[in-house]
Amino acid sequence: MTEVVATNETILVVGGGISGMTAALEAAECGKDVVLVEKNSHLGGRVSMLYRYFPKMCHPSCGLEINLRRIKGNRRIRVLTMAEVTGISGSAGDYTASVKISPRFVNEKCTACGACTDAVETEVPNPFNYNLNKVKAAYLPSAMAYPQRYVLDPSLVGTAEGEKAKAACKYDAIDLGMQEETVQFKAGAVVWATGWQPYDAAKIQPYGYDRFDNVITSVEFERLADPHGPTGGKIQRPSDGREAKNVAFIQCAGSRDENHLRHCSRICCMASLKQTNYVREAYGDEGNSTVYYIDIRAIDRFEDFYQKVKADPNVAFVKSKVAKIVEDEKTKDVILHGVDTEGYHRYANQHDLVVLAVGMEPSVKGANIPAEIVADSSGFIEADPANGGLFGAGCASNPLDVNRAVQSATASALRAIQVINRVARVEG
Amino acid sequence: MSEANTQAVEKYRNNFLKEVEERVEEGEWVKMCMQCGVCSGSCPFGPHWAHPPQEIFMMIRAGKRDEVLTSDSMWMCTSCYNCIVRCPRKLPITHIMHGLANYAHRLGLAPKGQPTREFGKMFWNNLVATGRVNELKLSLSLYFKDGFSQGIKNAMAMKDVGLGMLKAKRLNPFELFSPHGCKDRKGIHAMLKKAREIEDRRKHLTS
Repeated sequence: MTEVVATNETILVVGGGISGMTAALEAAECGKDVVLVEKNSHLGGRVSMLYRYFPKMCHPSCGLEINLRRIKGNRRIRVLTMAEVTGISGSAGDYTASVKISPRFVNEKCTACGACTDAVETEVPNPFNYNLNKVKAAYLPSAMAYPQRYVLDPSLVGTAEGEKAKAACKYDAIDLGMQEETVQFKAGAVVWATGWQPYDAAKIQPYGYDRFDNVITSVEFERLADPHGPTGGKIQRPSDGREAKNVAFIQCAGSRDENHLRHCSRICCMASLKQTNYVREAYGDEGNSTVYYIDIRAIDRFEDFYQKVKADPNVAFVKSKVAKIVEDEKTKDVILHGVDTEGYHRYANQHDLVVLAVGMEPSVKGANIPAEIVADSSGFIEADPANGGLFGAGCASNPLDVNRAVQSATASALRAIQVINRVARVEG
Repeated sequence: MSEANTQAVEKYRNNFLKEVEERVEEGEWVKMCMQCGVCSGSCPFGPHWAHPPQEIFMMIRAGKRDEVLTSDSMWMCTSCYNCIVRCPRKLPITHIMHGLANYAHRLGLAPKGQPTREFGKMFWNNLVATGRVNELKLSLSLYFKDGFSQGIKNAMAMKDVGLGMLKAKRLNPFELFSPHGCKDRKGIHAMLKKAREIEDRRKHLTS
């Protein structure tokens, strides 16, 4: 049974991505007790799945490492992984949270030696790479996973293979009898930082994401460029593994669209501009990118970055929302059809690969959050006094880039701390 | 140029967008267009008309009154609704196209002899006469639209279909001489007149 020591002076942080980690750390380093609940088997969220950040083009692993180190060194943070908040009741200063913890089948004795991986044959889709490749059913979720502990896929339980994995473990770390459990504990304030998920591209019917191999999403492209990704960092077409040297980026794939997401997801323009750099990085002057856009929203001080990309002769910009994509059946090339707004020219452009700059939607929409909370029409949490001691942070509150998500998380940590301080004053 | 047109020019001067907003069916949506181009790209008639919807909307905003109203582009719309389904701002594009066509027609600016417009006029006059569409008369007037000899040719080409319909009792030749109407023809006419009055008032077309 998992023990969680918490009082109504504890802050519950839901979501262990960059926002949740930041909120938890800021609160804990101010001397508050924090329980950090993460649904996945490890911390880091979407940020850990990025190859590089804009605008500095540095690697997220660097910043994550610093944050993980801070977490490891802070005794006020209790991290629960594979855990989901199923209910929050009560009011500011006196909440009770119910948390469901799924079995990991690997206990804290794990040394991450990898003997269990060697012992099993079965492979499962790898969520860390958006299921673009497979991993052994006993696996370490990512190279810098925290906690640095293996996970056993539930499909191995009750099989001979599961027993084989157990037998291979020298440290008795595999526990095939682990059960799902639900724990309840108190919290004075809640920071809800469940982040975002890419919009389901298959819903944009004319783009054929579900029909054409060489139509992928921006988050998948991020994995292709990453050395830890399914292709080892080579930008290749999913259909035949050929080098993708002529890449199209379609902006507003789902965003700013009353039929899909009403809001502008804000980051996708910068993400695509950044990704044109990946193409250049991989293929130099042989790599070509074409960005199809309604208008480029390089928010705030990122205009500079946009101008730099614009000056690159290998990056073309077409002012047009692509109407439909068709696939050349022989070559599996993708052909983009539309009309260019600057002159109203009809085009049918052939590319090796299309990257849909999919929009951000909240992972847990306002209506699905198991607590009373005010959200906007897209499901992002509003900063509303009616929320009491519940505060949205990061992409649960708005479509944000990493920088802004961290700012938002720090702000919500500060709000949560104020609630806790009020409780502490009353209790003396 | 019709008198209605002169009045419209007088009233709206250079503000064609305002004219469209007030006088064209669903015209108030035009300013919502963000020029993404999905409608134009999705149009199955794409290459065959001068100005795709996106361009028409921009021309309206740019005040290109004559170019828009005399254009045959909106008459080419086949009402497939692809554009409405895909428009990210949910503009009723098909309806705006028909609204523009109708307005240009009322001002007498619509292109003469445009087949869709000609058929539209025939259909309307045919319907209003008795309150019921006389299919025989309608198809004959369509066949003979371009002169007598072409009419005979058209009719001969459709002869088998016509005979088939005759056998299946879907076509009554006596309708040509004594067309049957609806029970209350006067009532229908009164109703249409009233509807026109309401529409004119709503679209600020009353003088």
